[in-house]
Amino acid sequence: MNGTTAPAARTRVAGTARRVGRWLRWYLREVTGESAYDRYTARARAQDPAVRVLTRREFERMRMDARAADPQGGARCC
Amino acid sequence: MVRQLRQARPRTVVIWTLVSLVAAAGWAVLALSRGEEVSAAWMVAAALGSYAIGYRFYSRFIAHRALGVDKRRATPAERYDDGLDYHPTDRRVLLGHHFAGISGAGPLVGPVLAAQMGYLPGTIWIIVGVIFAGAVQDMVVLFASTRRDGKSLGQIAREEIGPVGGIAAVIAIFTIMIILLAVLALVVLNALAESAWGTFSVGMTIPIALFMGFYLRYLRPGKVAEVTVIGVSLLMFVIVAGRWVANSSLGETFTLEPGTLVIWLAVYGFAASVVPVWLLLVPRDYLSTFMKIGTIGLLAAAIIITVPGLKMDAITDFASNGEGPVFAGSLFPFVFITIACGALSGFHALISSGTTPKMIQKETQVRTIGYGAMLMESSVAVMAITAACVLDPGIYFAMNAPPAVIGDTVQSASEIITSWGFTVTPDQLTAAAESVEEGSLLSRTGGAPTLALGLAAILADILGGEAMMSFWYHFAIMFEALFILTAIDAGTRVGRFILQDAIGGLHPRLAKFRSTHWWPGIWFTGAVVVGLWGGLLWIGVHDPLGGINTLFPVFGIANQLLAAVALAICTVLLVKAGRVRYAWVTGVPLVWIAIVTLTASWQKVFSGDPAVGFLARRSQYQDGIAAGELLPGARDMSDMQTIVNNATITAAITGLLAILVLVVFADAARMIVRSLRDPGSVTLQEAPFVESRLIAPAGLIATKEEKAELVAAGLGPEGGIPGQTRGGERTPEGAAE
Repeated sequence: MNGTTAPAARTRVAGTARRVGRWLRWYLREVTGESAYDRYTARARAQDPAVRVLTRREFERMRMDARAADPQGGARCC
Repeated sequence: MVRQLRQARPRTVVIWTLVSLVAAAGWAVLALSRGEEVSAAWMVAAALGSYAIGYRFYSRFIAHRALGVDKRRATPAERYDDGLDYHPTDRRVLLGHHFAGISGAGPLVGPVLAAQMGYLPGTIWIIVGVIFAGAVQDMVVLFASTRRDGKSLGQIAREEIGPVGGIAAVIAIFTIMIILLAVLALVVLNALAESAWGTFSVGMTIPIALFMGFYLRYLRPGKVAEVTVIGVSLLMFVIVAGRWVANSSLGETFTLEPGTLVIWLAVYGFAASVVPVWLLLVPRDYLSTFMKIGTIGLLAAAIIITVPGLKMDAITDFASNGEGPVFAGSLFPFVFITIACGALSGFHALISSGTTPKMIQKETQVRTIGYGAMLMESSVAVMAITAACVLDPGIYFAMNAPPAVIGDTVQSASEIITSWGFTVTPDQLTAAAESVEEGSLLSRTGGAPTLALGLAAILADILGGEAMMSFWYHFAIMFEALFILTAIDAGTRVGRFILQDAIGGLHPRLAKFRSTHWWPGIWFTGAVVVGLWGGLLWIGVHDPLGGINTLFPVFGIANQLLAAVALAICTVLLVKAGRVRYAWVTGVPLVWIAIVTLTASWQKVFSGDPAVGFLARRSQYQDGIAAGELLPGARDMSDMQTIVNNATITAAITGLLAILVLVVFADAARMIVRSLRDPGSVTLQEAPFVESRLIAPAGLIATKEEKAELVAAGLGPEGGIPGQTRGGERTPEGAAE
């Protein structure tokens, strides 16, 4: 810390904490699949702005149906 | 690569020399100390040091030399990118998914049972096995499937070896699945039987999962993190509430006999495999994944902070005399089949050829995800063996030996175990059971209760002390039961799909069976699968000689035979691809595990020692029946008959598996000989080469060059295709470091 004043160091710590927090939030949303819907809407709109985008409810149902029909969906090891 | 090594910077040389010294010091202390307590720190040093060296050097060699991963070649995720099944997923996210897929109760149970031979044999196999066999298998299968549009292991076998090997592989996979489910169910059952606290809290996971399912379906669709937090809080509450229930008038209701629990488990397994996935499977999967990652992290932290001492000997007499009470047979081959997951697990080949290859961004990432995730799994196994070895050996044996050996009173158990050279008093045994508020800890076989006790001892050391022992014990029981139940319904479902597909393929009129909407077919196949594993579970529960020591070796053999099948397929692929020079990479572990499993199968069926060989046991007890005398373990003549029947069934299953695998080997050998004689006559069934436009780092942390490449292409740390806006949320810039 030599050469830096206390407030500057504090700002740096706060900045790092914010970055770590943002990264954790991003990671959790990706890992849990929460971001799948955002990905879908962005994609659907980019392909055809006029298309009717499924609601979140419809989208999640579709994902569940796909998972139920997938022979390996959610396979877990011992 | 060789050039890079020659030019290695001095700093790199110093770092890797230090890592090697740490690993070597760990191994030296573990191997050389005799008779005194060894600190678990040496275990950690040996494991982490060896993993680092294996990952840095060997996995790199395999990826770039043996497999020839190509970062210019587009993966299925990039080519078919549909935003759902196939979509290029950030490597750090995919590592999490893949690890959640491969890790389960296996690496927690096997090492605990193997601890009867001391901590050393198990630890060596876990660490050496994962570096040269387990992680190699996972990575090569992941690579092979990625090159083939994410095809499953069975499909790859059919296309690359032939129909005979392919069909044998599918039957083997199905049989192994049934055995796996029965043994896992038996582990749960032994942990819950006669324990009101455990039964209540594990039973409550079902309503909690149902609630979560409704929440995600109707209240707030897609809010997974939020519902998982609610679910985990409820879970903690029911673990605490379990003690109140056990001590109240309801206690009786939840104290169930093993025979009753079998029925409940089978009913549950059937219901869970036919109800919609959103109701039970998916929400419980969220719970168990969270608990798994959380508990493993907690245990790792606790071991590093408390650095417990290992009370078990390095090598016990049971390693050489083969008379161990937990499972019979000598070190070779039985340590290598008892510890399956954690060192080498055939089941991972099914996961590595499942969803992961459809989501990987780059071929170069198979090293991080395939090899890396398996190293993480192996570290879980090291923690499990540590947890078993911090217990007093006398208590360890009292918990893991069947009643037929140690009797059912603390006095008889103490006398017999002390006669083996592990001093333990009846008071110590009673005190151990009281510390976790269980009626008795004698013969709580299956590994789960032992692990729970070890884990409770380690965790209570940093969180809560003696007073929290019983909470941590039931926490650990619940956490194991949770993912075993998840494995049971996912496994029953996968087994059902295999069966539906097989019946549907028999005759055009049966094609209806393949439908995922035709309820009679689903109910019928679901019932068959549950009937099969339920039947085996019934046998295990009613085995007068103790079910775990009969069935666990069969499970180990099954899992390792599947690994042999996967490694055989990998070796065929390397030879067919013209990489004969590197075929030893999968060939050597294949030969090793083939020798281990076939020797084990042979001994389990034909050994003249009735404690090991099923047929010898069968004739011994049959002679007993003929002579009208009761032999050890049997209380009456019907017990004698049960032992005879069980020995027949287990011998038949073990024999069947070995034969199936020999068929796969023969077909694979035929293919290898053909490729060597006339390389022009074989074609590799890879998907065609498509140039990749996607840019993404290979490892978890981007190298300097990779960072420059990402910056030049205007991409974030997650990578992507330059100029294409990707949906969803982007990584916060720069936050990934």
